[in-house]
Amino acid sequence: MNLWKEFIKGWWKENPVFVMVLGTCPTLAVTNSVRNAIGMIAAVAFVLLGSSIIVSLIRKMVPNQVRIATFIVVIATFVTMADRYLAAYYPDLSKALGPYVPLIVVNCIILGRQEAFASKHGVLESIMDALGMSIGFGIALLLMSSVREILGSGTWLGMKVLGHWFIPWQVMILPAGAFFVFGFLVWGFNAVNKAFKG
Amino acid sequence: MELLVIFISALLINNFVLHYFLGICPFIGVSNRLDSAISMGLAVTFVMSIAASASWLIYYLLLVPYHLEFLEIVSFILVIASLVQVVEMFIKKTSPPLYQALGIYLPLITTNCAILGVALLAVLKKYNFIETVVFSVGAGLGFALAIVIMAGIREELEFADVPETLKGAGITLIVAGILALAFMGFSGLV
Repeated sequence: MNLWKEFIKGWWKENPVFVMVLGTCPTLAVTNSVRNAIGMIAAVAFVLLGSSIIVSLIRKMVPNQVRIATFIVVIATFVTMADRYLAAYYPDLSKALGPYVPLIVVNCIILGRQEAFASKHGVLESIMDALGMSIGFGIALLLMSSVREILGSGTWLGMKVLGHWFIPWQVMILPAGAFFVFGFLVWGFNAVNKAFKG
Repeated sequence: MELLVIFISALLINNFVLHYFLGICPFIGVSNRLDSAISMGLAVTFVMSIAASASWLIYYLLLVPYHLEFLEIVSFILVIASLVQVVEMFIKKTSPPLYQALGIYLPLITTNCAILGVALLAVLKKYNFIETVVFSVGAGLGFALAIVIMAGIREELEFADVPETLKGAGITLIVAGILALAFMGFSGLV
């Protein structure tokens, strides 16, 4: 029951992107197409899960003063693995994501979860927390990239969804569109949360 | 001429905040007051130029000769984290007023993705040392420009009648979108 709670809290109530507004850089940068977003979600989930397991295993051995540096090295190791893997097996995706894969190191969601959760809880709970947060991050990125790709190029994951009558909104693929969509989605999330609260 | 193009493009056209989406966290978090935005902008420019030069040196003098390029991410983040510490201690000793102004922002900068981003992009674009320095200064000033403009707008927004649920991050992002549109006008510069 408790594990289940750790698992689902990241989906909506503590959604890392829309409610806590963390990890904004990849959310804005790689959501111009659904394919890029899926690559980013997979990379972040892998890094988050791997480093949460390691951090919760070593949490009693690490002195308090050097904990942040330790977390960063653990995270950087997993990011390097993800980066090399993508470059070897999915070179075109790796090229499209560019510097944003190495930049997962400084993604505040990952360091934030280590500091706030994995360093204080057991392995099982940390795994559930990491999976839940990854799903929350995934929901956010899929939502963002679906809106941007459908409105920006009339396609979803490369498939045509809007007919020939549709004139793509160029602005949606441009940086400005990312800010607009993100702003409106944050608004929507807040409005829904408020409506349900009372 | 080449250097000027790199500088202008890092400063305005490929602005780090509005084009590369780097450093969004401080951009949203610290942009509600003008004076703190100016301090943050200066601190980032300062650390960014030192960090990018240091990472460049490490990459080309240490990692490339020994074929350790895969250690890029780990070594860069360590360099940046330790550099921020050193800079903080140095400023504290030599210039207390500057420390007063930048003090609380320096530790925050370690996790600012713009700093790591500048180091990674300089390697990705295969810049030489001088170009890296110019690029990082331009990028830092671009960040400062964006955050100062944003703070100016947000101080005015205080008086605007924004819906309750849109306040904070929501309206800031939408304003940033309009700013990004405005900055696209610079793309004809070079």
